[in-house]
Order: sequence, then C-alpha cells, then structure tokens
Amino acid sequence: MLNIKNLHATVGGRHILQGLNLQVGEGEVHAIMGPNGSGKSTLAHVLAGRDGYEVTGEVTYEGRDLLAMLPEERATGGVFLAFQYPVEIPGVGNLYFLRTALNAIRKQRGLDEFDAMDFLEFAKAQMKLVEMDPSFMNRSVNEGFSGGEKKRNEIFQMAVLEPKLAILDETDSGLDIDALRIVASGVNALRRKDRAMLVITHYQRLLDYIEPDHVHVLANGRIVQSGDKNLGRQLEAQGYTGLNVPVTAG
Amino acid sequence: MIERSILYYYEVITSYGLGEVGQGVADAPMGTLQTDIREIANREYKYGFVTDLPADAVPRGLSEDVVRLISAKKNEPEWMLNWRLKAYRYWVQLKKSEAEPTWARVHYPPIDYQDIIYYSAPKPKKALKSLDEVDPEVLAMFNKLGISLAEQERLSGVAMDAIVDSVSVATTFKKKLADVGVIFCSFSEAVQNHPDLVQKYLGSVVPYTDNFFATLNSAVFTDGSFCFIPKGVRCPMELSTYFRINAADTGQFERTLIVAEEGAYVSYLEGCTAPVRDKNQLHAAVVEIVALEGAQVKYSTVQNWYPGDAEGRGGIYNFVTKRGKCAGARSKISWTQVETGSAITWKYPSVVLQGDDSVGEFYSVALTANRQQADTGTKMIHIGKNTKSTILSKGISAGFGQNTYRGRVRVGKSATGAQNHTQCDSLLLGSTCGAHTIPYIEVKNPTARVEHEASTSKIREDQLFYCRQRGIREEDAVSMIVNGFCREVFKQLPMEFAVEAQKLLSVSLEGCVG
Amino acid sequence: MGAMDTRGQTFVQRLSCVPESNGGLTAFRRAALEWVSEHGFPTTRDEAWKYTQVSPILDIPFTPAQQGMDLGLSPGWIDQHAGRLGGVRLVFINGFFAKGLSSFEDIPQGAKITNLASVEGSFSQSLKDQPNAFTALNTALARDGAFIQIPKNVVLETPIHLVFVSGTESEPTMSHPRSLVVAEAGSTATVVETHLGAATGTGRYLSNAVMDVALGEGAVVTHIYVQNEAETAFHLSHLGIRPGAGSRVTTHSVALGGRIARQEVKVMFNAPGAQAVLNGLYMPMNKQHIDNPTAIEHIAPQCESRTLYKGVIGGQGVGIFDGRVVVHPGAIGTDSSQANKNLLLSDTAQANTRPRLEILADDVKCAHGATVGQLDDQAIFYLRSRGVPVQVARDILTLAFADEMLNLIPMTALRSHVRERAMLRMRAEAQEVIG
Repeated sequence: MLNIKNLHATVGGRHILQGLNLQVGEGEVHAIMGPNGSGKSTLAHVLAGRDGYEVTGEVTYEGRDLLAMLPEERATGGVFLAFQYPVEIPGVGNLYFLRTALNAIRKQRGLDEFDAMDFLEFAKAQMKLVEMDPSFMNRSVNEGFSGGEKKRNEIFQMAVLEPKLAILDETDSGLDIDALRIVASGVNALRRKDRAMLVITHYQRLLDYIEPDHVHVLANGRIVQSGDKNLGRQLEAQGYTGLNVPVTAG
Repeated sequence: MIERSILYYYEVITSYGLGEVGQGVADAPMGTLQTDIREIANREYKYGFVTDLPADAVPRGLSEDVVRLISAKKNEPEWMLNWRLKAYRYWVQLKKSEAEPTWARVHYPPIDYQDIIYYSAPKPKKALKSLDEVDPEVLAMFNKLGISLAEQERLSGVAMDAIVDSVSVATTFKKKLADVGVIFCSFSEAVQNHPDLVQKYLGSVVPYTDNFFATLNSAVFTDGSFCFIPKGVRCPMELSTYFRINAADTGQFERTLIVAEEGAYVSYLEGCTAPVRDKNQLHAAVVEIVALEGAQVKYSTVQNWYPGDAEGRGGIYNFVTKRGKCAGARSKISWTQVETGSAITWKYPSVVLQGDDSVGEFYSVALTANRQQADTGTKMIHIGKNTKSTILSKGISAGFGQNTYRGRVRVGKSATGAQNHTQCDSLLLGSTCGAHTIPYIEVKNPTARVEHEASTSKIREDQLFYCRQRGIREEDAVSMIVNGFCREVFKQLPMEFAVEAQKLLSVSLEGCVG
Repeated sequence: MGAMDTRGQTFVQRLSCVPESNGGLTAFRRAALEWVSEHGFPTTRDEAWKYTQVSPILDIPFTPAQQGMDLGLSPGWIDQHAGRLGGVRLVFINGFFAKGLSSFEDIPQGAKITNLASVEGSFSQSLKDQPNAFTALNTALARDGAFIQIPKNVVLETPIHLVFVSGTESEPTMSHPRSLVVAEAGSTATVVETHLGAATGTGRYLSNAVMDVALGEGAVVTHIYVQNEAETAFHLSHLGIRPGAGSRVTTHSVALGGRIARQEVKVMFNAPGAQAVLNGLYMPMNKQHIDNPTAIEHIAPQCESRTLYKGVIGGQGVGIFDGRVVVHPGAIGTDSSQANKNLLLSDTAQANTRPRLEILADDVKCAHGATVGQLDDQAIFYLRSRGVPVQVARDILTLAFADEMLNLIPMTALRSHVRERAMLRMRAEAQEVIG
C-alpha cells in the first residue's frame, strides 16, 4: 500500500533523507529504528506532508502519488501521524477538534457526519482503549497535558480516526513504564489486517510490546539494514555502532 | 430558554417619536424566545402615505437651528432642548480648538461635519407583499434570534393585520415588565413619560463635556434605549436592542441609558449591522450605565457594522463612548464586546468604580481584517475601597488591519485594596497587519495590586499542520484556532450570541487567510 | 509638540546665542535652536511626555553654566561619590572637561578615550535620530563630553568611567554634556556614566545630557548609568544606541536623584541579529519625579530585546516607566519582552507604567507585563516574628526587591557603591515614615 522509492529530503540546506526505499504492505507493522539525527522524524513529517522540506523521489500510497497531496488530503485518505511532540491549541476543545477531524474524514469516505451526541458515545468507547479520563475531552487540545497524556491522546485520536496507515513518531519517548504499557496496548488493540503501521523509535523497548513484522535500521537518511523482530533485539544488545552503522550528525 | 425583550431600531436616525408603529409578537411557543420588537422602519417611500412631514425639513449640516429642530420634531420638553444646546455650544468650542481626538492609532480623512444629515424626516413603511421583500439581513437577524416565520412576517410588516394585532401584544409584553417595575422603551418615550428619571441620570456618567464625539452626540442624538430596573428587581428577561443604519449620508447618534437601582440585575444585549455603502458613515453613540448599591449590569455587544470593502472604501466610523458607573457599594458592571465590523472603531467601554467593593469587567474580541482599524479597550477608574477590575482583551489582525488595545487602569488615592488584572493577547494573521498594545497604568495607592500581561503571536505553523494532519482544511483550521483564541471572551456572552460571534469571526476571516 | 508658548519662548530667549564653533558646526547648532523655536517644548499632550511636565523647568531662568567652577571638588571626593573603579576616568564639571580631576590609566593600544571637544568633526557624528526639544537644545549648546572609540577587536578589561558633576553657586545654570561612544566591530567595552550633584552649590541646576553609542558588527558594550543628582536639580538624559549586526548591548540604569529626572534609552535595531538588554531601577522619594522612557525600534530582522525596569517609590515620589517597543514591517524573528515592576512604599507614592507594544510584522515573539504592589505583609510579619523591627524588616524587603536589578551590575566595586547610594535613598524614605 505504501511504496517509497529513492526518497530525498533537504531542510535548511541539510540533506537528511538520502535515497530511502521502503515498501509497506497492507496490515503490516514495520519498525524503523535509528540513532538520533538519522532522519526518522523527517521521514514521518515528509510522509504526512509538512511544509519546509525539499522532497524528491517517489511515494505511492494506495496507488496515488502521496507527495502531490495536501496534508489534509493525506489525512482524509487514511494517513495518520502520531506526533512526537503533539501541539497545544489553546481554547479549542479536544472533543470538538476531533469531531471536526472525524467528520472531514467521514465526508471523504461518503459517510454521514456525526453529531455531537453520537460522537460523544463513540469517543467514550475509544477512550477506554488508552485508559483516558473523559474529563480530558473538555480541555483544550493537548493544553496542560503531561507528556504521557499527550501520547495517549494521540493513540486515542488514532482509534477515533481509524487510519489505514498509522505512523507513530517516537511514541515511546518521554513515557514511563506504565504509560508505555498503556500506549502500547492501545496500539496493539488497533492492529488490524487492513491497517498498516510504521513505528518509529530509537529504542527496542517499545518493540517488546508492539511486535513488528519487519524492522529496518535507518542511518544517514537510508535504510541500511532490514530484518525481522530479532534485528531490534540485536540492536539493543550491540547498539548502533555494533551493527557497524555509520553514525554522523544530520 | 431565556426570555428576551428586544428593541429593534431600523434606521434609528429617522425614526423615534415620529410616525412610529409599535409592533410586538404574541407569546412565542414554548422553547422559543419571547420577543417584543418595536420596529420603526424607514424604507423607500412608495405608496405615498404621509404628507405633513417633508423629508427636507432638516438641512444637511449642523447648527443651533438644526439642534432646535431635532428637539422640536421630537416634541421635547425645554430642559432637554437646553441640554442639547449646551452640548452644541460646547462642541462648537471643541471644534474651534481642534479638540477632535487624534491620539488614537487610526487614520481617516477629516470629517466634514457640515456634510452630514443629522436628522431626516421619517418616511412611512410601505406595505410589503411577502417576506421576500424584506431585507435579507433583517431576516437573518430574526432567525438568529429564534423568531418564527409567522412572527417574522408580522414583524416585517408583511401582514398588515398583524401590526394591528401586535399593538396590543406589545402592551401585554410591556405589562410583564411593568409588573416588576422595569421600564424598557425608546429614549424618546422615556423623555416624554419618565422625564424625572432621565433628568436625574442623563449625563451623570458621560457628561456632555466628556469628549468631542460624546458632546456631538449630546447635541444631536436621535434616539436609543432607556432601561430602568427598580430596587431589588432581577429583570425577568434579557433586554436587547438591535441597531441598523440604512440611509445614506446620515450620521447615527443613539443614546442609551441604563439604570439599575439597589440590588437590581439586568443583562442587556446590543447587536448592529449596516448595509454596504461606498461612503463612510459616522456613528457616534453614547451608552451610560448607572449601578446603585449591589446592582449588577451585564452589557454585551456584537458589533458588525459594515466594515468597508477590501480596498477600504466605505464602512462605518464607529466612534462610541460607553461608560458605566458603579455608584453604589458591591455593584458590578460587566462589558463584553465582539467587534468585527466598522471601518474604524474608537471605543473604550469603561467603568468608574466608585462604590466600595464594586467590580468592573471588560471582555473584548476585536477583529480587524482588510483595511479595518480598531483602537479599542477600556478604562477602569478605581475610586472606592477594595474595588476589583478584570480586563481580558483578544485582538486579531488580518489583511492590512490595524488593531490597537488601549486601556487605562487608574487607582486613586482613596482606592485602598484595589485590584486589577489585565490580560491582552494579540494574534497576527499575515505580515501586512499590525497589533498594538498601549496600556496606561496609574497607581496612587500603595495597597493596590495591579497586574498587566500581554502577548503577541501568530498562528504557529505546527498548530496548523497538526490540524491538517487530522484532515481539517487549512481555512477551517485557522478559523478553529482563532475561535479557540477568543474562547474565554465568548464564554461571557449569552449562548446564542456566542454562537453568532463565532460565525461572524469565521465569516470575517474568509479570504484573509492563506 | 506644537508651536512654542510664551514660557518656552522666554526660556529660549535667555540662551541668547549658541557657542561659536568651527566650520559648519555653528550653523548646525543654530539649526537645532531653530528647531526648538519652531516645534516648542513637549507638553503632557505629547504621548512621549505624558507623565512629565516640563513647565517647572521652563519656569526657572536658567543660563548656560560657565567654565572654571570648582565646586569644591577633588579626586578623593569623586572617588567617594562616584566610586573608584580603576582605569580611565574622565570628569566633567557643568559640561566642561576637568582634566585635573581625570585620570588616563591603562588606555589600551589604539583606543581613543578623551573629551569630545578635542576631537575634530566628532560632534556632528552623533544624534541622528528624530530630536526632541531637549536633545536639540543639547546639540545647540553642548560644550564638551566624552569621546570613546574602541578599535576593531580590542577588548577593554577595565571600565571607562565618565563622571558628570553639576552644580551652581548662585544663579540657576544649565549644562549639556554630549558624548559619543564608537565600539568598532568585534570590540568589547564597559562604559560607566555617573551624574552627580556637586559637594557645594547644589542649588537649582539643569543637567541635560546626550550620549550616542554605536556598535560595530559583533561588538559587545555594557553601559551603566548612575544618576545621583541633587534633589533640587533637574536632570534629562538621552542615551541613543545603534547596534550593528550581531552586536550585544546591555544597559543598567539606576536613577536616584533629581527633583524632576527623565532618562531616556533608545535603541535602533537597523542591523540583524543584534541583542539589547535594558535593565533599570528608579527610586523616587520625597517629592521626586523620575521618568524612564525606553524606546526600542526593531527595524532589522532577528533582533532580541529584553527590558526589565523596577521602581521603588516612596514619600510623595512619582515613578514612571514608559516603555515602547515597535516592530517594523519586515522585522521578522523579533523576540522582545518588556517587564516593569513597582513597589509603593507610602500612601502618597505614585506609579505610572505604560509598557507599549506596536507590532507591524507577523513572525515575532513579543510579550510585556507590568505590576504595581506593596511589600508583602506576610513577609514583614515573618521577619517581625523573628525579632526584626518593622522598619528594618521593610528595609530588608525593599532592598531585596531592588537587589534583583542591582545584582545585575557586573562590577563588584561599582555594585556595592551603587547599592550603598540606593540604601541612602531608602533611608531618606524611612526617616520620613518614622518622622
């Protein structure tokens, strides 16, 4: 469903992705691991369509040219990014925000829009997945949330928006062990045959909970090694240097 | 559902006290608003109805004769005429000494005060055949207020029999307010029917010498609302006034006076619109509020006068003086304003905190898009002990808009224990607009606690991206974020007004973003 | 400013004529005086002078001070009252250079530190901003001041101390010191500017000083200003700063003296990536009126300004902070903050504060804040419960409030000197409270 060929991305004169190739099939869970500065977050941003990158190469998503689509078109087309640093939007209610987003996606899929009451019922059910307190829904988007709460909110949003391709950008960073368990079990509950996931992480520990089908090592803007879940454990034991992966800044 | 009484001014300039037709609505069905709408329209004359009021009775321009003529046409008592004349003479002095304010951060070509029609004779209503002939904006306002279609027909004068009907309806409604002693009528009526009250309070908060525009208003004001809540009465419904300017080349000068006696409470709403005109029109209103001991007055405005076109042609000059006096102990006056319209807004709804433990509040959203300019804010004058004031201002600038918050917090020597908290936030949409924050903080009492905070920002790229990544279009995301920015102010408005304000904001931003 | 009223006219007429100078300078001075005649003196209707009336100054028949007054000064007296900082010290009496009281220790190679009058053509280099009546008067009437030029990449280890002593023995006099500091690219310097009332003859005088500071690319300048004029005196000063690209300037203003004093700091960011930090402390007591306008113009992009001023106001004193930050179109990446905190010590003290922001560019980060309050009752009680007498408790807390600013002054010797002066001011207040 996702096919990335020779992807290059440059930001502020820095060449970050340098010919990345990756194929993700329907329902597959891929983990992308790599040292800091290897281009992991850039990959997530480029796939979601963030401005500010000069991008070349080819990315097809369900046969469409993903790079030609606006961020909101990608989102309504089923691409979801769980942000590493979810943004606070003061004054905009969490629930209102999410209903607006869901209705945009439902409209695209030819479904009826949810009204406030129906949506509330639907949302409450999904909240349980990440053990989220319903009181969060009345607060502004991410405002005053702790790091762990923000990450849980991202997974909750993913549950509500039901994407076909979920990109989790360092969803484990900044989480204590309990929060990590909650987030991971939420993600596992959302694994489906028709939902692919790209789990981007620095550490193996998330992969102890979310077992990937494939693990790739990203370094210097390229996939330098691919394997099964054991590759992650190997990395954990030996570190990135142990794999003889060149590590440079950028 | 809250009950609400509405005074509806349709082209106020030409209307009051002359040939007016009182209209109202029967008790609305459960769950909708009960309204009493007094509409005095000046639509295009077609059916030749009135002959004895020539339309050219008052010439263009301002003179003592014009002031006398206005007063005479309104059949005013001598004290009222004298007050107008004192104001007029003072205004002539001000004009001579070039006292038209220039300190505000707004720019406009000099106003030719002799080129304004200060009073034009009312023209009678034409009989409309169907609702289709009614000004769509008026209908929109009716819908907004939750008035049923049948009522709309009656209100718009479509069904003539309904007008006949409604005279008695209005009386029924008035009876409901009269039962508790509330007076809510046009200012002209108040001058005729409650001269003692008007004489006692008129100018007691905004004297005719107050400032250039208030002085002008005092000389030539046409009409407005009068509202009196007697001691201990909680007004059983919200009171509304809806203003609309329709005629070209006219200035509009309403005067509103609200008096809440000891322990009384009233929530008052004011809405305004004006049609598209390519010439600027002057609107110089005055609002005075008096709150006696323990009284509370909540005044909400959604101002949507015509702002001019994208190139800055036309639009209303909204030069308004609004001030409340917390005359008694433990009284409270709260201003909430949403300013999306007008080419230029010059307006500082203020509170004089005279009574001990009195409270003043100012909540404001001001949006300037295209070529709009706003210089708006408040004054909180602390005189009594332990007086408290809160200021929350949200300014949004887009296009070539210039938005200035100007606020004065003054703590006098006597105001022991006074407290103020001010928060001013500005949001910039685009690089060609401006946001300015000009506070004046003057403290003469050491026990006062005054805090002022302000910030200026733009919508962050990461906030927009976050929304778009969730499938929300950029324009909707901007509107959502801007509304979020204003939420704390919208919370202060009655529910329907808050919804209306949000919509207005989104509409005003259309085409300004991207 | 409008046309001149009679009061202003009389004031200007008394000046009779501008000093005769070389070349085009006389014409330059005449033009400045004409500017004053044409525009008049500011009134409280001028936004920039809203809280300071100049009429009490204009009502006094000031005449230009003459050279050669000794006012009972000695190097030891200067040490005692201005602080002994080591390094170069230039002393000026009523705007005239006092070579005998100055010292020229440790002038680094290539640096030029002298009196302005001795440097040909230096005068017209300064004051490029829009004048006001008093800076124009300074242009017309200045006799001397300091001239400092730090060559490229030179780092000055010791501060340059400029001491301006004023006083009069009989008639009211005025002086107009004019100084120029040029810190070339990559240089580093600290300039201390002290304004003092003389030991004797501290009658009614007006000191109207102007200093211009130009920073080259990447230069670092620290400017410390200590104003401790006589309480009968009038003091007006203007510090104009033009930072070069990537330069850094820090100013510390401590305003203690004067009957009416107004010390303006103006920063024009015309080059990108520069930073200005403006710190200030003002302590009007008795019947003093101290006004602190700051004006920061962000014209170039990516500049940063930080303003923090604190006021300690006692007696019938009036303290004013009038901050203005303007972000011009195109000044993207501007980061500006302004804060003003005031402590009122008496029932008759007054604080006026006006932190203004005018923003005409969108990619900016700007914030400002202001507070006015009094000493924390609980803190006073806490100290009293530990046996500290009430007045001492108040002094301790007041000083703690002021110390936030004083502690930012970089040199220990100067810091303790200024702190001592500040405590003397506070004691003037304490006497009043007790008495």
